[in-house]
Amino acid sequence: MTAFVIRRILVNIVVFILIGIGVFLLVRAAPGDPVRMMIRPEDLQEGSEAFIQARREELGLNDPVLVQYGRWFLDAITGNLGDSFVNRQPVSGLLLERLGPTVLLMSTALAISLLIAIPLGTVAAVRRNTSVDYAAAALSLGVISVPSFFLGIVAIYIFSLQLGWLPSSGMSTPGGGGGTDVLQHLIMPAAILGLASAGPLTRYVRGSLIDELSADYVRTAEAKGAAPGRVVTRHALRNSLIPLITIIMINIPQMLAGAVVLEQVFAWPGMGQLAVRAVNAQDYPVIVGFALYVAALVLICNLLADLAYAAVDPRVKVT
Amino acid sequence: MSDLRPSLDTPEVAAAEEVVATETTAAVRSQRRSPLGMAARRFRRNKIAVGGGVFLLLILLLAVFAPLIAQQSPTAVDLGAIRRAPSGEHWLGTDASGRDVFARLVYAARVSLLVGIFAALLAVLLGTVVGAVAGLFGGWLDTVLMRTADMMLSFPSIVILIVLAGILGPSIPILIVSIAITTWPTTARLVRGVTLAVREREYLHAARVAGASRGWMLRKHIVPAAMGQIVVVGTISVAGAILAEAVLSFLGLGVQPPQASWGNMLNDAQSLTVIQSMPWLWLPPGLAIAATVLAVNFVGDGLRDAVDPRQSGRS
Repeated sequence: MTAFVIRRILVNIVVFILIGIGVFLLVRAAPGDPVRMMIRPEDLQEGSEAFIQARREELGLNDPVLVQYGRWFLDAITGNLGDSFVNRQPVSGLLLERLGPTVLLMSTALAISLLIAIPLGTVAAVRRNTSVDYAAAALSLGVISVPSFFLGIVAIYIFSLQLGWLPSSGMSTPGGGGGTDVLQHLIMPAAILGLASAGPLTRYVRGSLIDELSADYVRTAEAKGAAPGRVVTRHALRNSLIPLITIIMINIPQMLAGAVVLEQVFAWPGMGQLAVRAVNAQDYPVIVGFALYVAALVLICNLLADLAYAAVDPRVKVT
Repeated sequence: MSDLRPSLDTPEVAAAEEVVATETTAAVRSQRRSPLGMAARRFRRNKIAVGGGVFLLLILLLAVFAPLIAQQSPTAVDLGAIRRAPSGEHWLGTDASGRDVFARLVYAARVSLLVGIFAALLAVLLGTVVGAVAGLFGGWLDTVLMRTADMMLSFPSIVILIVLAGILGPSIPILIVSIAITTWPTTARLVRGVTLAVREREYLHAARVAGASRGWMLRKHIVPAAMGQIVVVGTISVAGAILAEAVLSFLGLGVQPPQASWGNMLNDAQSLTVIQSMPWLWLPPGLAIAATVLAVNFVGDGLRDAVDPRQSGRS
């Protein structure tokens, strides 16, 4: 097991480095000169060509690509991702201060999606081909078809503007505050993000439970006179939920994608909002930093998914 | 990625073998009825899927005949009539630049369908070639290709699209290519599964002995065997591509104004004033995206059930 864990970690580090090279080369290939980007257009005067050349030399942009990559890589592994073109702040700091809100949004959404998916998937599996089952299927299809940002706009229209129940944007009221305030701001984005992930999770719970319900031990439990509800909740459901941890891990990166978009709709001060702003401003260091953060998150989730799968199911051969 | 997770190969290979088996036995059972004819019959019996298909046909007609349906220009700016409420002249009102929203909605169908269909076609083409190469050649090439595919699948495609759009700049061709780049792995896995299943069958051994090249086997044996499932995956990819275009354009990273797309029409709805008092600006494009994607998914599900009844989502 230890050898397996070490090997998986090494493989993931190699993949991460490859992704880093890819992102680095992509930014190199991008149109536009980073030095020009850093200078405000109004400061760009006649004769500043010499200044730009000097800056290029100073920043090492005239060195061979490999040398530049080496320098960038050494900086990156020590946590220095450069400074934002827009406000000159260190990228890692910018990303870190926005990590908290994104994690809060995603974990709440995950909890909501599980609260929907487990009961709904269970009922759909037990009462197959009834109206509940069809409703669950309709929900799964609906949430993958209706774009979440549109749901967000509709929710703002109904709950913020028509009913006035919930705030429409941000993470807290300026001046006001406290936990309840943040919670009120959190409800809509988290609920919509949770709903979007609940679709695939419900399908998964349903399918997994149906498989489990046809297992021999379920028949044994029924034969011994266990109450039907108990057989489902105590026997079959428990086993069917074991691999759920793997599915959740695989779903987290998809959830991040949803968060990126919803943060924009609800002005939630997370990493996604930062990334979209950076992309619109062509702030390459921030875009690269964001890409690397996401890559790290995806790889860690994949690793955890593999490990969790091996840990909870002794039948899985660790090689 | 996953040495451990429920092997991604086996179900696919098994499913692919099932398809091949179904088609063979079906052909024996009724020689007059081709597998295609039977699939078409099953599809026609599925009311929801047929409804989705009819709706898509209407949208397609709307897109093709946009200049006939929309009397106004989708890009003509009229600063004297900005953000007007719906009226007899402007059926769905006007936007912030005084452009007719109904005309934009109709013309936007062109962009959405164009991006959706071409991105899906490109993805399916790329995926078929990669999957067949991986399956036919095997060895390290197979490992590298499939690891790459798994990697791509585990990355959230919207994030890749945002990063690509941010670095390469937003444009429709880049949009189509980027969406295809994030979508091909699904087809690749599928075609590889079919390839592995077909590769060991007698007729392919016979073809190989007769000196068939790999390209020949791909065209004459593998693609036909996988065609049904490729069509299903392709259809569902269209839904994904339409959504991706909408999301990116909504964020301002996809189709650029003045050209209209359903996504960038919703871009206006980032202000509360617009959301509150001008629902004609955001409700129609939002509903258009949702209805179109839902219809594509209905058709996709219907096709899946029709191509292989045993793989039906409702087991």
